[in-house]
Amino acid sequence: MLDDFLVRAALAGLGVAVAAAPLGCFVVWRRMAYFGDATSHAALLGVALALATDLPLFGGVLLAALGMALLLNRLTGRGLGSDALLGVLAHAALALGLVAVSFLPSVRIDLMSYLVGDILAVSKWDLVVIWTGAAAVLALVGWRWSALLSATLSPDMARASGVDPRREELILTLALAITVAVAIKVVGALLIAALLIIPAAAARPLARAPESMALVAMGIGASSALGGLTVSFVLDTPTGPTIVSLAAGLFALTQTLQAVRS
Amino acid sequence: MTTLLEARDLVLAYQGKTVLRDVNLTLASGEIVTIVGPNGSGKSSLLRALIGALAPLRGAVTRKPGLRVGYVPQNLVIDPTLPLTVARFLGLPQRIGRSAVRTALQDAGVPDLGGQQMVSLSGGQFQRVLLARALLSDPELLILDEATQSLDQPGAASFYRQIEAVRARTGCAVLMVSHDLHVVMAASDRVLCLNGHICCEGTPEVVASAPEYRALFGTGTQGALALYRHQHQHGPECDHDHVHEAAE
Repeated sequence: MLDDFLVRAALAGLGVAVAAAPLGCFVVWRRMAYFGDATSHAALLGVALALATDLPLFGGVLLAALGMALLLNRLTGRGLGSDALLGVLAHAALALGLVAVSFLPSVRIDLMSYLVGDILAVSKWDLVVIWTGAAAVLALVGWRWSALLSATLSPDMARASGVDPRREELILTLALAITVAVAIKVVGALLIAALLIIPAAAARPLARAPESMALVAMGIGASSALGGLTVSFVLDTPTGPTIVSLAAGLFALTQTLQAVRS
Repeated sequence: MTTLLEARDLVLAYQGKTVLRDVNLTLASGEIVTIVGPNGSGKSSLLRALIGALAPLRGAVTRKPGLRVGYVPQNLVIDPTLPLTVARFLGLPQRIGRSAVRTALQDAGVPDLGGQQMVSLSGGQFQRVLLARALLSDPELLILDEATQSLDQPGAASFYRQIEAVRARTGCAVLMVSHDLHVVMAASDRVLCLNGHICCEGTPEVVASAPEYRALFGTGTQGALALYRHQHQHGPECDHDHVHEAAE
């Protein structure tokens, strides 16, 4: 069954969607959308790093994403507004990544696949990496769920209840870096943040509790992945962007539903 | 009386600027202590240092081992993208059962709010829910940071009556920051007046007549203090002395 590239693609898409959805909820709740953007744009630097040093792709991207996230953590609140800071770092990372990749002549033709993903080329080994990463992210977020929610609501209130908000922030950062690393093959550096944010945003009107929002987001992410794969196969469109387009369509749908209801 | 919390020679900085220096403070079980002071006098920084959210530049805060603290923040902005019912909010970070939710909301005087979304509450309801959550851990020390900021005067007065009732029932100590001078002064055992350091402290009467306090707030609150003076309701756990005679 795993010999069929479509089955492998479907499993890869599902893995990333399921891990990204609950994490994406925190990205939306904490207003970290730009943070997700900057971290995923750093993924391209990670690709260059991996190719230049013979590191596995996953390792290179994980390092770059973690490095970017930690850098952002350190720099926020020192002068520049955080939106400006994120804008600088996100685009600087993307530009630097593009420049760095151009130094590696052998991969110049593959650039597109790192920018928008190449889900149809997912190997069995990629699947192992993706699902291990997805399971790690789900386990981290599930384990710390209540503490993460408390820290999101109010760091001071969390602290008074014995939750260390900085530790929870670090856990989120780590989960984000892992997600970026496993998602680059599926949707590419440009669209990883979309997979985090759009399903969560689309789930918001349908949820009355944080837990149900995460579950609905998982459903929306998974349907977008499977639906996008099917549509791209039929219409012969690039798969990653098709998945994201479908998620955006579902977002428009739930927003309309909410507008009609109220 | 046990000492719950002690601050020694505390120096606090916020964004690189020293906001508070030479703070020595001891909190004993069961007492109500109020911190007053103008804006930027270091009130919130002091509370944040006491709960451990702000590391002191110098000095140290020691808490009784295993001290249970209930904290009501100055304002809590819940992002509208976060769906959260009152019942779920009460169960953060420790999940609690339905009956505990019901009891907590009943005690807070808002029994029917469990299923409502947090963002749909009025200012008064919101503060009462915050208080209910802070009380769930059965705190030995309740810390309130300008908890009545968004309430009108009757709302604030009834909120403080509730705080006193809680103290009478549970015997917990209360440390609060407030702007509602007359109401708060009347309900406190001890008042700390901050302005970059502790500029005066003592019973409400002592502080209200201190020249440092008058320099900051004028003498206007004196009459109001007498007006709002009322008998404390002493619970069975409340065994400490009050200095009421001065005002009565």
